[in-house]
Amino acid sequence: MYSLMSSSPSISSSSSSFVGQTHFDSRNPNARLPTKDSWICKCVSTPPTETTAHMTKVSRNANMAKLKAGYLFPEIARRRSAHMLKYPDAQVISLGIGDTTEPIPEVIISGLAKKAHALSTLEGYSGYGAEQGEKQLRAAIASTYYADLSIEESDIFVSDGAKSDISHLQVMFGSNVTMAVQDPSYPAYVDSSVILGQTGQFQKDVEKYGKIEYMKCNPENGFFPDLSTVSRTDIIFFCSPNNPTGNAATREQLTRLVQFAKDNGSILVYDSGYAMFISDDSPRSIFEIPGAKEVAIEVSSFSKHAGFTGVRLGWTVVPKELLYSDGFPVAKDFNRIVCTTFNVASNISQAGGLACLSPEGLEGMHKVVSFYKENTNIIMETFISLGFSVYGGKNSPYVWVHFPGQSSWDVFSEILGKTHVVTTPGSGFGPAGDGFIRVCAFGHRGNVLEACKRFKQLYK
Amino acid sequence: MEKLRNGYLFPEIAMRELEHMKKYPTAKVISLGIGDTTEPIPDVVTSSMANHARRLSTVEGYRGYGAEQGNKALRKAIAETLYGDLPIKDTEIFVSDGSQCDISRLQLLLGSNVTIAVQDPTFPAYIDSSVIIGQTGDFQDETGKYQNIEYMPCRPQNNFFPDLTTTATTDVIFICSPNNPTGHAASRKQLEQLVEFARANGSIIIFDSAYAAYVTDDSPRSIFEIPGAREVAIEISSFSKFAGFTGVRLGWTVVPDELLFSNGFPVIKDFNRIVCTCFNGASSVAQAGGLACLSSDGLMAVQSVVDYYKENAKILGDTFTSLGLDVYGGINAPYAWVHFPGMKSWDVFTELLEKTHIITVPGCGFGPGGEEHIRVSAFGHRECILEASRRLKSLLS
Repeated sequence: MYSLMSSSPSISSSSSSFVGQTHFDSRNPNARLPTKDSWICKCVSTPPTETTAHMTKVSRNANMAKLKAGYLFPEIARRRSAHMLKYPDAQVISLGIGDTTEPIPEVIISGLAKKAHALSTLEGYSGYGAEQGEKQLRAAIASTYYADLSIEESDIFVSDGAKSDISHLQVMFGSNVTMAVQDPSYPAYVDSSVILGQTGQFQKDVEKYGKIEYMKCNPENGFFPDLSTVSRTDIIFFCSPNNPTGNAATREQLTRLVQFAKDNGSILVYDSGYAMFISDDSPRSIFEIPGAKEVAIEVSSFSKHAGFTGVRLGWTVVPKELLYSDGFPVAKDFNRIVCTTFNVASNISQAGGLACLSPEGLEGMHKVVSFYKENTNIIMETFISLGFSVYGGKNSPYVWVHFPGQSSWDVFSEILGKTHVVTTPGSGFGPAGDGFIRVCAFGHRGNVLEACKRFKQLYK
Repeated sequence: MEKLRNGYLFPEIAMRELEHMKKYPTAKVISLGIGDTTEPIPDVVTSSMANHARRLSTVEGYRGYGAEQGNKALRKAIAETLYGDLPIKDTEIFVSDGSQCDISRLQLLLGSNVTIAVQDPTFPAYIDSSVIIGQTGDFQDETGKYQNIEYMPCRPQNNFFPDLTTTATTDVIFICSPNNPTGHAASRKQLEQLVEFARANGSIIIFDSAYAAYVTDDSPRSIFEIPGAREVAIEISSFSKFAGFTGVRLGWTVVPDELLFSNGFPVIKDFNRIVCTCFNGASSVAQAGGLACLSSDGLMAVQSVVDYYKENAKILGDTFTSLGLDVYGGINAPYAWVHFPGMKSWDVFTELLEKTHIITVPGCGFGPGGEEHIRVSAFGHRECILEASRRLKSLLS
């Protein structure tokens, strides 16, 4: 039996005491001692012969030390848990982390279950899959989402989700590139950039990392950056429909963005994870814009429209036409990355993905998306009726509510404290997010209605 | 990326296999190359995954995002079932979608300013990920090595374990045991020396125990069986070869609380940050399968598949031995490491492929120390293994 039972009696003396220390990088004299993330000093009783804790001589990665706090969403989760402990009887409603809540349609589940069972049979068993993903799935993604856009199956790389893909792309780009992000934006773009060493230190006064170009997106500019004031960078991250503002860029805006990238020789990394929430004729893919294939990579995901947040499946499109400055195709390097640092998405998840793209699967997903969109309407109407300026919502499961002049963490805390509803403070997405709260529409209808009732009571 | 010499090794092998099959469309090609499992996953495990999937279609059973570090029950099960008496806490275990991904996440964690040592020969991902992250210099054709990596020769002469007295100090030391490709399982004494070496030099060992289930004798199955290892080592492991999860994707990394950077900062904190930022957890379906593997029925069932492959390894090992070749490994690992003195490994690979339609892996794909050797993997249906043995006997006797 495979079990790592040790019979050596000397093992117990090897567990040395765990002495906690506040974390600081001794190489950076300007580092503050962060309060949010400081951990508890734990002293364990030790035998008298024990010496002080062994430290390796390996320097901590300076890039990790640049990160100003933990990743945003675990922090939200921590606050939620702490709140639930403090108020064990409160019915805490979570409209914070964009986590899907509704069951996955039967037809898709069948795809998952069938594949699982097949793995127990001789004919149905499969081991390692192609690193780029199952051929059938790639073809289905191409024909479902990119028909008439001349994106081929071979341009598509299946993954375990956008978060991983963003990091794969960053590893591929390396540390010597500069990047631009929307402000506010999904935190993984900035955080992965810091980790890869593309940025400078975090500057507390402006709440930005050095060397990143932050492209402000606010009500005044219609949530689309004023490109005439944006400096050139190698990479531009752009998410539409946007997380967190909910804004979907227009065809005209994206045409200008593609031109901007073309003129500057930049690569656009376009996150279309929320495309299925679009109601109007806003583009669902960057490749709807002529010329995009020579400047853009598109990242997408089954998470939000198939409820695959736990199942894990997404994809990245790297067109053959996208070339580095020396003419080397970016897709070749991306392929090398996925072959070497990854081993493709789970074959069961991929079978589920294929079921998603069957006619019944698409219909099923459409129904769930409509359900969440109805939630979004309810939330929007609530805040509008309370006199707030509200953005997003129409093409997205996120509602972006303006609280002018207020710190978003304060608003977050007040809402949590007084209504037991978890939201996400806008400043978690960047400095231009301060003064805003993101309310997500993923939830059971009853919870969404109840949350809105509580908002009405708080803000009437 | 430019520094990388060729494509990754295993897609290359796959490409050669495809070319060969096109050239000989009627030949029955037997693949003993890429270490890809072939036997079905036991029912007790797949039922569990299917049931978990079905629950996702219900209101009560639906779950969205899981904890990035993994499902708590699974982490506990790994700690209790696989680490038994060793003081590994569930909070030190990070569930992943497999070792290849974990290796890269560890490289991201460590950054470009660390130096690494690898065994020679070695599983290529340690080197390739090191190159990608910027830890190495250029590849040198004359030596077959990347600059700035310390290659630790592992040969029959040194009992397939590095001579640590001649090994330069590096920040990180990658050790795989049982070893891919040589099949050697390091002895307790060897690992004690390694831990002592790491301790004295302030290095971090990254110990790859993906093949621990194949250990037959009393060789350690975990680096944490060695006293002092908690302060110097990270362990990565996988359900791939243990449970046939090569396609399902599930593994884990252990980062002990006591492992500290030079400034006293716990490595586990940074690894947690990486996992939260660059990853979103292994598939919940795969994790449900992992939990089933660790039930008492599950363990018995997956172990019998491991035993099946071990029997394959024995058959192959015996075949080569009977042909008068020096064969290593095979006892504690699903790989036989066969020596063809004086021959280039790609030539042996090609000859074997052409003349017996068997895919193997040329040893030099694992590093210059692999030259003159061929890795033969024991993953295959029994009939294929027996047929391969027959063909090899015809060719080489």
